[in-house]
Amino acid sequence: MANARALFDGDTRMSSQAAANDTDTVLRQVLQDVLGLSSERVAAFTPQTGLFGHLPELDSMAVAGLLTEIEDRLGIIVEDDEVDGEMLETFGALLAFVRAKRGG
Amino acid sequence: MIAGWPTPAGEAYALAFDEGRARRVLVLPAWFDESNKLRHFTVEVMRRLDGSGIDSFLPDLPGCNESLLPLESQTVESWRNEAAEAAWHFSATHVLAIRAAANVAPDSLPGWRYAPLAGSSQLRALLRARVLAAREAGRDEDRDRLLGMGRKGGLELAGYRLGAAMIDGLAEAELPTISTQRDIAQSDIGGPGLWLRAEPDHDPKQADALAAILAMELLA
Repeated sequence: MANARALFDGDTRMSSQAAANDTDTVLRQVLQDVLGLSSERVAAFTPQTGLFGHLPELDSMAVAGLLTEIEDRLGIIVEDDEVDGEMLETFGALLAFVRAKRGG
Repeated sequence: MIAGWPTPAGEAYALAFDEGRARRVLVLPAWFDESNKLRHFTVEVMRRLDGSGIDSFLPDLPGCNESLLPLESQTVESWRNEAAEAAWHFSATHVLAIRAAANVAPDSLPGWRYAPLAGSSQLRALLRARVLAAREAGRDEDRDRLLGMGRKGGLELAGYRLGAAMIDGLAEAELPTISTQRDIAQSDIGGPGLWLRAEPDHDPKQADALAAILAMELLA
C-alpha cells in the first residue's frame, strides 16, 4: 500500500481542501501503524471512535510515539501542555486538534 | 550463538552467527524501549544474513540485556567505545546500526543505518512519555524542568534509570555524517516501523527486505 508519507512528501502546492483530507489520511495511517490495526478497521473509525482510555494498548509510551510520528509526518510541533485527555479521547477530537495546528 | 567476549569493564555477551566467513556485520541494537520492540526483528535479520552466508554479531550494550554493569553509569561515549571494541573483537567488516545506534556506529566501518534517529530526538520522545504518564497519574511535570533535573542528577525514563552524563550526551547527540554508512529509510523496507507499535510485534517481510538489501550489496 502506498505510504501516506510518500504521497505527502514533496507536494507543497496542495489546496487547503486537499491538506484537510490528507490530515485525515495521515492520522489514520499513523494510528494504524502504532496500534497494528488492519486498514479496514482504521478506515471505519468515525469522529466518535474512542482512543486514549478506550484502547488498552494506547498507553503513555504509545501516545508519545503517536504524537512524535504525527509531528514528523505532518511537520507540526505539539507542545506537552496542549496534550490532554480530551484531545486524545476520540478520533474526531485528535483530528480537529491536528487540523487546527496545520491551519487547514 | 551466545558469545562471551572480554571488555575493559569485564565479560560482555553478544548474539553471534560466526562461521568465520569473509563478510562480518556488527549489528548495533536500537536503544531503550525501542530495543524491546525491535529485538525480534533484529535477530530475524541476522538469521537471514546467516542464511545468505554472512556472519553477524549483536553485542549487548553495557548496562542492557545480559550486561552486569549499571545502566546509570553508562554514557553515549561508553556505548560508542563498546561498539568500537566489539567491532575490533569480532573483526567486523561492516556495521548495521539500528535507529539511535547510528549515533555510536564506528566511523571506521562501512555499512548501513536503518531508520536512524538522533539521540536528542530519542530523548525528546522519552521525556514526552514521562510527562504524559505523570499527567495521567495526576502529577504535573514539565519537560524542560525534567531535563534540567536529569542533567544534574539523572532521570528514570520509560523504566530506564539514566545517569546525568547519559542525559547530557543524549541531549547533545545529533546524527553524525559518515560517508561510508548509507541510510535505509523505513519506506525502503515497506510497512510501518516496528518501533512504533504499542505492543511488540514482528513482520517477517520487513526482516526479509532489510536482510536482502544488505546481502545484495555485500555479495554484489
